[in-house]
Parts: sequence; structure tokens; C-alpha cells
Amino acid sequence: MTGADIRLSDEQVDLVHRLQQGKFGDVNFNEYEVFRSGFPLCWCWNRHRSDSNRICHLNICSLDIRNTVGNIPMEWYKDYPHIGYDLEGKKIFKPIRNKDELDEFLDKMENPDYWRTVQDKMTGADIRLSDEQVDLVHRLQQGKFGDVNFNEYEPAIDFFSNEVMIHPVTNRPQDKRSFIPSLIEKEKVGKLVHAIKMGWIKPRRPKETTPQYYDLWAKEDPNSILGRHKMHVPAPKMKLPGHEESYNPPPEYLLSEEERLAWEQQDPEYRKLSFLPQKFACLRAVPAYSRFIHERFERCLDLYLCPRQRKMRVNVNPEDLIPKLPKPKDLQPFPTTQSLVYRGHSSLVRSISVSPSGQWLVSGSDDCTVRFWEVSTARCLKTVEVGGAVKGVAWNPNPSICLVAVSYDDTVVLLNPGLGDRLVCTATDQLISSYEEPEEVMDQSVQWAVAEGEGHEQGHRLILKHPKTVRQVTWHGKGDYLACVMPDNGSSLQVVIHQVSKRRTQNPFRKNKGLVQCVSFHPIRPYFFVATQRYVRVYNLIKQELTKKLMANCKWISSMAIHPGGDNVICGSYDCRLAWFDLDLSTKPYKVLRHHKKALRSVAYHRHYPLFASGSDDGSVIVCHGMVYNDLLQNPLIVPVKVLKGHTITHDLGVLDVTFHPTQPWVFSSGADGTVRLFT
Amino acid sequence: MGGLQKKKYESGSATNYVSRNKARKKLSLSLADFRRLCILKGIYPHEPKHKKKVNKGSTAPRTFYLLKDIRFLLHEPVVGKFREYKIFVRKLRKAYGKAEWSGVKRMKENKPVYKLDHIIKERYPTFIDALRDVDDALSMCFLFSTFARTGKCHVQTIQLCRRLGVEWMNYIIDLRSLRKVFLSIKGIYYQAEVLGQTITWIVPYQFAHDHPTDVDYRVMATFTELYTTLLGFVNFRLYQTLNLVYPPKLDGQGEFNLKSTCEEDYALESESYSEKLSALSASLARTVPLVEDEEAEPDHFPAEGVSERQKCQKTLKKLFEGLKFFLNREVPRESLAFLIRCFGGQVSWDKSLCIGSTYDETDEMITHHIVDRPTINKQYINRYYIQPQWVYDCVNAKILLPVEEYFLGVTLPPHLSPFVEESEGDYVPPEKLKLLALQRGEKPREEEDDQIQFCLPQRLSVKVTPGKVKQENRMRTEQEEKAEEKRLAIMMMKKKEKYLYDKIMFGKKRNVREVSLLRNRCHFTIVCAFFCKFKNTIE
Repeated sequence: MTGADIRLSDEQVDLVHRLQQGKFGDVNFNEYEVFRSGFPLCWCWNRHRSDSNRICHLNICSLDIRNTVGNIPMEWYKDYPHIGYDLEGKKIFKPIRNKDELDEFLDKMENPDYWRTVQDKMTGADIRLSDEQVDLVHRLQQGKFGDVNFNEYEPAIDFFSNEVMIHPVTNRPQDKRSFIPSLIEKEKVGKLVHAIKMGWIKPRRPKETTPQYYDLWAKEDPNSILGRHKMHVPAPKMKLPGHEESYNPPPEYLLSEEERLAWEQQDPEYRKLSFLPQKFACLRAVPAYSRFIHERFERCLDLYLCPRQRKMRVNVNPEDLIPKLPKPKDLQPFPTTQSLVYRGHSSLVRSISVSPSGQWLVSGSDDCTVRFWEVSTARCLKTVEVGGAVKGVAWNPNPSICLVAVSYDDTVVLLNPGLGDRLVCTATDQLISSYEEPEEVMDQSVQWAVAEGEGHEQGHRLILKHPKTVRQVTWHGKGDYLACVMPDNGSSLQVVIHQVSKRRTQNPFRKNKGLVQCVSFHPIRPYFFVATQRYVRVYNLIKQELTKKLMANCKWISSMAIHPGGDNVICGSYDCRLAWFDLDLSTKPYKVLRHHKKALRSVAYHRHYPLFASGSDDGSVIVCHGMVYNDLLQNPLIVPVKVLKGHTITHDLGVLDVTFHPTQPWVFSSGADGTVRLFT
Repeated sequence: MGGLQKKKYESGSATNYVSRNKARKKLSLSLADFRRLCILKGIYPHEPKHKKKVNKGSTAPRTFYLLKDIRFLLHEPVVGKFREYKIFVRKLRKAYGKAEWSGVKRMKENKPVYKLDHIIKERYPTFIDALRDVDDALSMCFLFSTFARTGKCHVQTIQLCRRLGVEWMNYIIDLRSLRKVFLSIKGIYYQAEVLGQTITWIVPYQFAHDHPTDVDYRVMATFTELYTTLLGFVNFRLYQTLNLVYPPKLDGQGEFNLKSTCEEDYALESESYSEKLSALSASLARTVPLVEDEEAEPDHFPAEGVSERQKCQKTLKKLFEGLKFFLNREVPRESLAFLIRCFGGQVSWDKSLCIGSTYDETDEMITHHIVDRPTINKQYINRYYIQPQWVYDCVNAKILLPVEEYFLGVTLPPHLSPFVEESEGDYVPPEKLKLLALQRGEKPREEEDDQIQFCLPQRLSVKVTPGKVKQENRMRTEQEEKAEEKRLAIMMMKKKEKYLYDKIMFGKKRNVREVSLLRNRCHFTIVCAFFCKFKNTIE
């Protein structure tokens, strides 16, 4: 180490000798300790046998069973009766073990040496460990050396110290090759020199650690464009922070407790703010923002993973979207306010009708009564009891006849209310009584009967018994014909037309397609409108053929009204739509209005004014201006002018029927709350 | 008639796009390398108009790249370097396995490196383009420069980021082009105007980062690689435009000043120099000596609007001129020093806090002493002791605000974001209104409180007035009529327009709701504060 000679001490010399002999450096170390411990291991035995006979003899004396199989996994002998071979080559049999669990347990309880008994894997015999052996096991378990006497902290002896000893450690003469230059090295150096001369090996370049910057845009072309200019969308800048992000925001930007909880429960993706606004008293108290790296990272992801698109924002002034319509003020007159309420019915008022003079109103209700009202005073003049919930009432449109058709259950009653001009009333009674039985009695599906007795007193004149429940009655404009609807799917008898003067009944259709909802006569021409669930069919009564089929584009038609001109039809439907058909234009609706929130129950046209109204389950009546021009080129003008509210909603039903006053711009509506209201 | 039958997906949009995996295969790169290349070259996926057509009938979610973009990547020299690097790693691994340490050393010395100069030039053909994109680069650099020098990325990267950040700040100081600052809970936002471009960046507060585990640092490192290159070139060019020496050097006077102080604390000359630069307290050396007088103004054209703005900016540049600040040790030194120097003020701090302090606390000329603690023991008479928010608010308000509200121990007024520009119908906090009034030169009103004080007892006294016939308000009926008309007209809208209209109105209503909520809350807090005050006075 140092080249100086060092004199070895006696101890050191001793040590050197010991090492040269292949012994342990420590004098006290007993290398045969293991064998004394009494674990008969195969390899050690073999070694000892070659060493000395004495030990061999001793071993044979103490343990006569010796297994010669060597250090092998003993489970190889699992299935054999023997466990190995002894020195003579005879099988060593496994000791007979007939101990079961119980014996084992008893042994454990009774035998005081049970804990120090181990089974020898090699022979299968039980061995009781001696005290020394137990001691050894303990020491080893504690991580100590097996030998008690071994001192692990002996002072280290520095063999190769800087002190030069006088005696060399080895006295070998040096090799020759340590004197003469190496040929191999020479060859290698020569090769390197050659490579350097040839320029194959270059000196190491100095490493550039700091990047070199220069004026990259020195020769920039101001008009130059990006290589991928065509499709390139520059990345949008990040959103700038608002007041709520401040460390000391105005107090109104801080979230309240509920808002904070809502924020915490919200999915992070859907949060409006990505952070909770907080207020700190001073700058010193502001902590680090824990999601700072996240936010930067997300920005990075946005930059390289997000498809970029230019999105055109709709820049529309919402006012421009609203259609320009004439002002309702200019379209007067139309009903604007609720002026009268006709109270008296105790249940829903299903149907109302106004007398052709406009003086009287009739209403039929579910409380099995028909009431007659004076329009101008809202006074109930007459109450007629009938035998069931009234489904429909219709005043005869002929002013010279005073007759009201009332339908309940399967009956239609023609009432003479006896109101108004007495002459008219008596004329009507005479008209009915003047009927003469024809010679040949036809077989009719409907039975005509003349009311007598108490019924006659109340005003009943004729009673028509139908085979099925009658839902709607409607008069022809002349007042002689009366159409009844008996909705029944699949039956041929859904619509019947009665002729009152001849007390005759016709079934105009051999077959009805679908469920008939309502029917109506054309006001002028001999046409007949039949509305089924989805279609309105127009029949020519003279030619007896189908003229038109109107597609309503709705799910279920509830009601229908014909324009007095006869060329326009409106249909209300249960799916909140009102369809206006122009018969000259198309079989599809000219306009579909969705004003109401709920199902439409009835629609009506005014006879003179360009008005129509619709009543719905949402309790409102919407009056619209519906101008029809004589000029065929001009489309009808439809403008909603007023939403009339007054009826309260009961049992999810609002307005059940609407009808206009024949001369005035007034509208009547009957509702589920048992009232009839007049809007003027 | 006749001719070959056209096959599906062999022309049109199906051939214009490729899926990511296909693109990767075409470039024969691993996914990580492809990602890196996309980041460096600024290639991003495209959303085809008809996804199903492009996806050959399948509706599986897939990212698509433009085929042209991928072709454009094919000729990129960096791709070659990526491949070289891959081979290098393989060789190195082998040498390690064979324990050839000399070979390992040699290979490490010859590690393939790539330069991004050409990519920068290609992505930003003009300097203005580069400046426009420098926002993200700055934010990223400032973030990386606050990282600890262990673990997450190379130490060299952190040092480089720090150097570039300091260079940028020095440039902004020299140009005096800082416009807005905002102390948010995330960090400090700065906005500067450089060559007509508004540049905003965010600097995190000086704390150790709790590194998240769900962030891919390789992606961030790739971005940083690109950004440092970009920022280096941008800085070089910017320094050149101002005739400053790049890499920045302190000018003679500043250097001398700093040399005298605490030289012996730093072992390395280079280290202390970069620290001195980052102290931001001295001006930089120029290639051409600055002419002191400022008469050499550009020709003046009388354009009213512009000149007004210029004048405003000129005063803003000299906002803190003549003021002498001293920073206590608990305030964010770098941010405040940057700010004050940007607006022409002088700044110093305790000598033991950081290198580069120019004067002592005992200096009699100090006008403002910035402290962020409730009280301070030794106070000098002829200076204001204020909280740091004053400096930030002054910059945003573009005037020197009254200092009373910012004294020590005083509850600070709210700090508002200067980036919010309220349009019609937006909520404007009352503090902003006050500030606007101040800017217009009006005196802050104090009567507001008194008004409430007077009207409150009145409100409490119960009074019964005789009933009056309600006058029909003509205006009101007219308005109602108008509203009804509108409602009726809306009923007549077409379905499509109605949908659009409803959507617009929904958004509008939401905005109105939010604004009214804020307004109500503001009012509530004012009333609450007043009641507290009222209670205190009674007691």
C-alpha cells in the first residue's frame, strides 16, 4: 500500500500462518461446533468419516440409524414404507406412527418434554433436544452467533496499512513481463494513433449545455403564411379571471352555504366555476392553489388533443324572430273582458248553445239538467230536468222555430223552451203536432215518440230513442235536419240524420271508418263534415260521395267548426293543436296553432265577425282574428287577439264548450267548474 | 352508363382523414413519440363533418387527423432524431447489461439531441404570430421555474425556465408595458402590452408544489421544451428591439451598486449574477447608450382618441415615479419589485432577504413601506405603512389611490379583477362604481351611510294613511298592452324560430337572474354592515 517495510507483530505472524494453513483467522473459533450440536447431517458425516475413524465410531455408537440418501427432498419417499438406506444399503423403514390427533394432544398435555421433541426428517424418529441444543436454537433465533464464545466485535486488524513492514508479505520474485514493455499495448496504441492520424477519431466536442438563441425572424416575410394555413385554427386564449377569482372578492361573490354544498355535489365537469371563491384577510394568508398544475396540464391537453372548429354564433336579435302581426287594437271588435257569469249548475257544463235571436242561452250539464238563461241578465229562466247527464244541446238555427235538441244517454229530446215570441212557440208546437203518420211505416233504427204528461209540461216535445249513447247533436242551417253522433268503433251506425218534419231517420253511411268524433253540416251547400280521430271527411249529400279527406296532422280530433263562408274549417285536437284548413288550398292544414297548454275541447267560429275561439283544458279561451278574404289568391290572416281566462280548473278540466253570440262579438264559454261565462 | 362501379369510402371525406393509429403507423412511431411530434408541430385532431362516413360506416369513437397534416409530418427532421434516440436507448441498455461502463459513458456523451428552431420558424412565420402565442409559454415557464430541483423534470429545464422568466420580466420592466395585475386565489395574473399584442400570464404563489399523480409530466415537459425555445427566441428579438444586450447584463451603475453589497455570500460568480438579475432592482445594459432627454419623441399627429390614450399610457408608465418603496420580508418580493419597477418606482428590501437591495430600511426618503402584518413595532414618521394590495389596486386603477383604506390592520376593500369589462345589463360591484368615480376625479361620497341612518327610524315608525283612489296608470296599461301583444305574437311563431327564441330568452333570463342575485346579496351585506355599525354606536 505504501511501499514502506513494516515489521509484523507476533500475533500478526501467527495469523498469517493460520491463514496459510487454511484455518480460521480467529484462534478461538471452533469450526466443528456444528457437529457437536448433534444434528446428524449427511454431508458432515461423510466428511468426518474420511477424517478420522474415531468420530465415525462415536457416531455409530450413539446413532446406529444413518440415512444415506443425501440432501434430497424427503417427500420423494412419501409413498414408500421406507425412508432411505443405511450404510449397509438396507432400507430404513419409517417408524410406525399410529398416533392420531388425540394421542398427539394427550402427549402435548402430559409429556413435559413435548416442546423440545422434534421429528428427524431423515429417519422419521422423534428426537428430544438436549439443553445445549435448545440453547443454540434460542441463540440462532435471536440472531446471535451459534458459538457462545465468539466475539463479533473483536478489534479489526489492519493488514494493509500505511505502515511499511520490513518483511514483505510474499517473497515471490517479480515476473518478467513486469519489466518489458507490452506488445499488445503497443499494438493498441499504434492503432489509436493511426485512427487519429486518419481522422477517424476526433477530439471530444465541447458540450453545449445552454441553448443558443439568435434572431430567428431576421429575414421574415411579413406576408408569409403558415404552411398549413388553409385549415389551421389558432388556439383560443384562456379565459380571463373574473371578480370571483380574487383573493379578496366583494362579499356578494362568495357562495352561500347551500350553494357551496351544491357545488361540492356537482360533477366537476358541470361546475360553472372550477374553484370555490374564497376571501382572505390579507395577502399573506393566501395558500398555494392545489390544482394549479392540473389546470396547466389540462390546457396542454386542450392544445394538442382537442379538435378545433370555428363555430358561428347565432347573432340574432330575439325581437326579430317575433313575426310582425297587425296590432290586436286594429282588429277590434273582439271580446276582451269577462262580463257575466251564469251560475246555477252543480256539475260540469258540457254544452251550451245560443238562440238564433241571441237573447237566450241554453246549457246542458252533468247534473242532469238543462238550464235556459237570459243572456243580458244572467238570469236562469227555466230549468228542465232530463233523465241523464246532458252531453249536447243545440238550438235550432231557424229563427221561426223555437226548438232545442238535448242529448243525454241514448236519447235526444226536442224541447220547446217556450221563451221569446209566443207566436213562434205556438207555431213550433203546431208544426210538431201537425205531423201525419205516413201510410207505410218504415222500419227505423230510431224510435220517435211524442212526449206527453209531465214531460210535455216541461217542454219536451219529441223523444228520439237511439240504440246507442248520443254524444253530439247538431242542426242543419235550415233547422229541419238534425245530425246525431253515436261514437262506436267498428259500427256502421255512428252518424244518423233525422228529419224533424217527417220524423224520419237516415243512416247516411253504409260503413264508417274510424271513431267519429263530431259532425257538422255545411252552412250553405249540401255538404256534410265527419271528423274521425285523425281525418275530416267531407261528403256531398246529394251526390252521395266522398268529396275530400282532410289530414289533420294530429293525434285525436276533439272538435270541429265550419267557417260561415264554408271554405274553411278549424279542428281542435286533444294534443293541444288547432288546425286551420283552407278547403280550396289543400287537404293539409294551412296553419297549425299550438296556443294552448292542454287539450282543446271545443272550437267555434263567429257567424259574422272574422273571429274564432278555442277552449281548452288549461282553463283559457283564446280568441283569434281569422280573416278570410274573398280574393282567392290571398291566404286567410290569422292573428291571436286575446287570451280570456276565468274558468277554474276542476278535475283537470277547464273550458268544455265555447260558442259565439250570433250577432255581437261576444263569446260564451262553459267550464268544468259549473259556470257559463260571457266575455264581451 | 357503364364504367366501373364506385366503391364506398374510396373518395371524399373518408380519404381526407386518418385515424390516430393509422397515422402513427404511417409515421412508424410509437404512441409517445407521435404525441410528442404532434405537440411540437402543433398538429391537432379534426372533427369530420360526417363522422360515420369517415369512420367507414362505424360509429366507434375515434380521433381523426387530417391526412394532409400527417403527410406534412412525414418530412419532419425531428422524426429522424426520434428514431435515433430510440436506437440510442437500445444501445445504452445493452451496454448497461454488459456492464461496459466506458461504452456507456461514450454513448451518453454522444446522446442525440434535436433542435426546435426550424419548427418555431415554421409554426410562427412572423414575429407577431409568435408573440400572440407567448401566453401559454410564459405561464408554463413560470410554473416550471417554481418546481423543486428534484424529481419531476431536469434541473437544466428548471434553470432555463427561470432564466427566461427573469429575462421576460426584465424586458417588461424596461419597456414599462405592464397594464394589469390581478391577485387571484390561483396565482398572480399579469397583463402586458408588447408590440400591440396583449399578453396575459399567470405566476403561481411561491410555495412548494404538491405534485399530483394524475398528471402526465412527459406531456408537460414536451410543451416546456417547445415553449422555452420559443420564449428564448422571442426574448432575443425583443431585447434587440430595445437595444438591450442579450443575454441580459446589468448596466455599469447597477452592477457597481450591487457589487458593493453582499458579494461574499455567493460562492459562484455566475450564480450570484443570475440572482442579481432576478432581483429586478437594477436596469440592464444597452448596446447603444440611452440618450437621457426624452425630446426625441415620434412626430406628433393630432388624432384625438389616440393621443388621449397615449397620454393616459404615458401617465401610467410614470405612476410610481418619485416614490420610494421598502418591502418588508413577508410580502411577495418578486411580484412587488416587478410591479413597482414597471411603473418607475424605486424599491428595496432587507439586505438579508435577498441580493440586490439598494437602500436600507432607515432611509429617510422612503415614502411607502409595504407590510403584510397587523402591526409593526418600529415605525418611521415620514412614510406610509400600507398593505401590498394598495400597489396592485393602484396599477389597476391607473391612479394613486388614497392610502387610508390600506393602512395596517385595516379591513381591506375588495380586490377586483381588472379583466372584467361590464357590458349593458351586467352586474357592476359598488366598489367598481366608486373607483370609476375616483378616476373621473369625483370625491368619494360619504353621505350614503347617513342617508340610511336617517331613513331607517322612519321606516320603523308605523303610519296609516287614508286610502286613495288608485289612479289608472296610463303608462302601465300601455306597457301591459305591449306585453300582451308580444305574447300573442310569440304564439304565432314557427316551431324552429320558437325554439331558437326560447333558447335565447332562457340565456338572457339566466343572466338577469344571476345579476339580480348578486345585487340582492350586495345590498344585503351593506345593510348588515350598517346594522353592525348601528349596534356598535348604540352600545
